[in-house]
Amino acid sequence: MTLYTVIFYLLSVVILVATAMAITRRQPVYAVLYLIVAFLGTAALFFLLGSPLLAGFMVIVYAGAIMVLVLFVIMMFQRSPQDPGSFFHWGPAGLLAVVFASLLVTMVFKDSGAGVMLKGVAVSPRDFGHFVFDRYWLAIEIVSLLLLVALVAVLQLGKRTEADDDESERPVEEGQP
Amino acid sequence: MIVPLSHVIVLAGILFSMGLGCIVAHRNLIMTLVGVEVMMNAAAIVFIAAALRWHLMEGQVFVLFIFAVAAAEVSVGLGMVVRVYRRTGSLDPDRYDILKW
Repeated sequence: MTLYTVIFYLLSVVILVATAMAITRRQPVYAVLYLIVAFLGTAALFFLLGSPLLAGFMVIVYAGAIMVLVLFVIMMFQRSPQDPGSFFHWGPAGLLAVVFASLLVTMVFKDSGAGVMLKGVAVSPRDFGHFVFDRYWLAIEIVSLLLLVALVAVLQLGKRTEADDDESERPVEEGQP
Repeated sequence: MIVPLSHVIVLAGILFSMGLGCIVAHRNLIMTLVGVEVMMNAAAIVFIAAALRWHLMEGQVFVLFIFAVAAAEVSVGLGMVVRVYRRTGSLDPDRYDILKW
């Protein structure tokens, strides 16, 4: 049992606990904050598993940009969007998740090739960049198109239209004589 | 020597089922997006571990694409959430019933 093994299990515990706290919160703000902890743990796990560049991207893109975007949107709502919060909903969901997870664990440990030890090899960011733009440049272009399409879609979705005003503001006016 | 591949897969599988449970259980669109994020995170962990197991860099390239897709998905999803909140004043998916008759 090397030091890396200990670090891996510690990181696993951090990720699992933070995710479990995140998905059981009723306030989305706390859920997102716990999720940032989980994503930082995942970034450290990526670093441990030999991809420092992706660990940096994880911190910048996932824990930084995406989560801050979600936080901003939560703060845009006037009332805090809270769950009704009944544990009735957790019955089927928990059953589904437990069945899925136990099936997966059984299948993984049945497989004879699953016990292969991972050897620590790190890919330098320079090699990774050369590899990506050497072989997968077309996919990178397609992904950039995808981001452009998402940008246009968000601009269109964010516009306030007449239908919004009809639906959301007229009932308020009618309600006040 | 870090750990067996199976332990990483089990970690990712438990994370994935947590995300699945989050999506099914919560009645709040933002929590649904959080669940999708958790599931994508689990998929990325498996890809990284497989890249290390077979010493192929394609797994890491896939994780790069997962990041891009997650960014696009979250931005469009949050745009739709804001839009639908303006129309209905609620984040509960059960209340989006204006197409019912």
